[in-house]
Amino acid sequence: MSKSQSTEPENLQAEEFSDEENAQYLTFELAGEDYGVDILRVQEIRGWDVVTRIPNAPPYVKGVLNLRGAIVPIFDLRERFDLPFHEYTKDTVVIVLRINSHTGMRIMGVIVDAVSDVLNANSEKLTNAPDFGGRVATEFIAGLVSAGDKMVMLLDVDKLLSQDQGDSELAVAS
Amino acid sequence: MTIDMAQFHQVFFDESFEGLDVMESGLLEMDPGNADPEQINSIFRAAHSIKGGSGTFGFTNIADFTHVMETLLDEMRDGRRQVTAEAVNVLLASVDVLREMLTATSEDAEVDPERVKVQKADLDRLLAGNSAAEEIVEPDGDEAAPAASEQTGWHIVFHPHSHMMRTGNDPLRLLRELKSLGELTVKVDIEPLPPLSELEPEDSYLSWDMHLMGDVSKEKIDDIFDWVEDDCDLSIESLSPESAAPAVATEDVSESEQEAEAVAAPAPVERRAAGTDRRATDRRESAKKSAPSGGASSIRVDISKIDALINMVGELVITQSMLSMMGEEFDISQVERLREGLAQLERHTREMQESVMQIRMLPISFTFSRFPRLVHDLSTKMGKKIELKMTGEATEVDKTVIEKIGDPLVHLVRNSLDHGIELPEDRVAAGKPELGTVELNASHRGGNIIIEIKDDGKGLDKEVLLNKAIEKGVVSADAVLSDQQVYELIFGAGFSTAETVSDVSGRGVGMDVVRRNINELGGSIEIQSEVGVGSSFVIRLPLTLAILDGQTVSIGSEMYIVPLVSIIESIQIKEDMVNMLAGKGETFKLREEYLPIVRLHEVLGVEDAKAKEINEGLLVVVEGEGRRCGLFVDDLLGQQQVVIKSLEANYRKIEGLSGATILGDGSVALILDIPGLIRMAGKGPADYDNNVRKTA
Amino acid sequence: MASILAVDDSASMLQMVSFTLKGAGFDVVEATDGQHALDVAKTRSVDLVITDVNMPRMDGITLIGELRKLPNYKFIPLLMLTTESSPEKKQQGKAAGATGWIVKPFNPDQLLNTVKKVLG
Repeated sequence: MSKSQSTEPENLQAEEFSDEENAQYLTFELAGEDYGVDILRVQEIRGWDVVTRIPNAPPYVKGVLNLRGAIVPIFDLRERFDLPFHEYTKDTVVIVLRINSHTGMRIMGVIVDAVSDVLNANSEKLTNAPDFGGRVATEFIAGLVSAGDKMVMLLDVDKLLSQDQGDSELAVAS
Repeated sequence: MTIDMAQFHQVFFDESFEGLDVMESGLLEMDPGNADPEQINSIFRAAHSIKGGSGTFGFTNIADFTHVMETLLDEMRDGRRQVTAEAVNVLLASVDVLREMLTATSEDAEVDPERVKVQKADLDRLLAGNSAAEEIVEPDGDEAAPAASEQTGWHIVFHPHSHMMRTGNDPLRLLRELKSLGELTVKVDIEPLPPLSELEPEDSYLSWDMHLMGDVSKEKIDDIFDWVEDDCDLSIESLSPESAAPAVATEDVSESEQEAEAVAAPAPVERRAAGTDRRATDRRESAKKSAPSGGASSIRVDISKIDALINMVGELVITQSMLSMMGEEFDISQVERLREGLAQLERHTREMQESVMQIRMLPISFTFSRFPRLVHDLSTKMGKKIELKMTGEATEVDKTVIEKIGDPLVHLVRNSLDHGIELPEDRVAAGKPELGTVELNASHRGGNIIIEIKDDGKGLDKEVLLNKAIEKGVVSADAVLSDQQVYELIFGAGFSTAETVSDVSGRGVGMDVVRRNINELGGSIEIQSEVGVGSSFVIRLPLTLAILDGQTVSIGSEMYIVPLVSIIESIQIKEDMVNMLAGKGETFKLREEYLPIVRLHEVLGVEDAKAKEINEGLLVVVEGEGRRCGLFVDDLLGQQQVVIKSLEANYRKIEGLSGATILGDGSVALILDIPGLIRMAGKGPADYDNNVRKTA
Repeated sequence: MASILAVDDSASMLQMVSFTLKGAGFDVVEATDGQHALDVAKTRSVDLVITDVNMPRMDGITLIGELRKLPNYKFIPLLMLTTESSPEKKQQGKAAGATGWIVKPFNPDQLLNTVKKVLG
């Protein structure tokens, strides 16, 4: 398990809450922006490893790898969001996520530039993402949270990665 | 001493369910005009057993219900009642209700009392309707004998007939029993005794004149002599002054059961019967599904399979300890022995693997067993005459297949019954026999299970299908489709040409779901049909779902697994053996056939393929779903057994791939789906014509 | 230790009868239908036979008739287990040589009482 250096941990401090719902998010960097995913969805964090390519898959699907006997697809989030390609370095990290899809729970991995720290966020503090024409389609953003001087975009991973299941219906029908 | 009967309950339930199956199949096979007495007898015995057991174990509602069924069957087997189609149907419906009752009771759940009441009413009505000369069982309770509450005593004269002892009844025992009731004085009459030389030791000569003093009810005395009443002369007189005439012990023992004479209110019968049938079928199917108590998670295994496994484990242990001993003091000179040991290990492991998989295999009769009933009920309901022929029920398939192939098969059979087989008058008009036939066959072929549903109905009309498809915009008006492709249109979601969606086939739970379910099992389905003659649906399923014998091939830096069962041969061909056929692409001649060449690196998008020219690589000749082609690869690597891992579990089904596996070095290799590949490459024979492939 | 031959094609009934009798100290031999029971009877003696009536291969009444032909089964008590209340079955049984009957459904105590009575 590799984890990149956290950036300015002091800014992402735990906040005191009385009785508000307290969710935790794993934050990571992607093309200079900060994103977060629900910590409960994170199964593990791995370094980049060789994957087996899947023929005729969308380009952001890098392939599959063996995770203790399970075949797990790995997505490159940069490519998914049409961001410029970034060479995989020793900091490159794969976040393995548990996704809720209409067929049940799935395990999928996403390649990100680097992992930051865990953020506690009061659900109150979540603001709905304005349509600011950002790189990431706003339908995948569950909300925004400020952490210190950063704006962290919280990803709805279920939506994001379940998208690809939709393709399968079409594929089968043909 | 109280014995807890609950320990016997499970066995009772198990055998009762089996008994119900016997009853059901027996009833289905019964020919009303011409019933086989032995058949009726076996159905009777099954009901009788269930009644007896349920009474003994305290399930009185089941006992009462079964009793009526048993009475009907008893009359039938004695010839006192006619076996009519109506009676058979009522009994069949009763079997369903009884099954529900047993299931509910076995799960400690509530039985629906309404259902039971309704069905019992049907049974009672049938019983009373054309009832045989029924014996009126005497009401329970003591007779109005000298109802004197106080008895001073009885005068009993007991004279056994000469043969009485040969029934195993010992007069001494009877006297002993009398003695236990009160004060007994006995006078024996030895007069009839012959001289010793003429004495037959097995005969009874003596008689006894007794007085039994005490407050004893006559019933108790009667009980003692119950078994021997016909084998003796007996007189029992009350000594109480108020007593009436002596009652002679000839009354029947009345049972605690009472024959239900009540005639149920004539409810609207026919509608109900049909409705009950349908509800019964549905409920039975849902009951079968919702039987998780031991149902889904346990399996009955032939003990010989377990024994075989135990033997193998034993051999494995021996090999393992041999290897470990070797490992303790190993030097290079032992390498041959090491190799042998490892080969042995591999053999044992493989054998065990096969053996364990065998354990998961069950005969497909488990799935087929519901069909006779289904066909019977539905054909009756539709007013069609349909015969079901099943073959290959002993074909063994994996338990998962059994569980998951049921619904698709039901749908396909219902489809044949509903849309395939015509009404009797239509069949006759078409010159066909009135009786339609639906065939259900299962067999092993190659590494596959083949299940076929065939009917001699009206077949699929290509024109109608095509027009419907064009109407729905699924294909363009000028598309040219092969027959196979036209038939496969019916697998499109929401595609039904039936004018009214009959509730028999289900609303839109259509063929698309059928095909998907079959694909999920790693199988495929093919249609053959001829208008006016009939249709056949052929399902192919892999024999084992988890493990595959594979040939590893390399293309560039990538490795893929080709299922060994699909491989015909591997050859190397030269440029000049390749023919370009107009509109068909590259083909090569194999014996008498021209087979298409599939350049895998193109189909799979492998960028660093090494072999570009035909003579640089190898051709793996494969067959899938009746189509053959040659797969062009760089190289053949080893053959190995691989564990099939699902791609869909975490990702989705990919065309051309049937799964993935983890190689010895931990890396993932993809398993090729040959039929899918052939389709993808557009090299199926159907694609030889110019055609439009359906766009998603 | 008296021995009893119990005959019933219903596994649950046979289990129950066998268990009950063994618990009371009897030595129990089991058979699953008439033919099976007859085969057993030809190889050994018992002190009492309890048999169901409706069984495949050979029913209880036929069994009783056959047992009575065996020298060591001529006089031993042979009891029928029956749910049927019709006098005919009992008559047939008696005619074949049955000692008596036990009516189903019965509970273990009833069974034991009858057995003890008969065996004395």
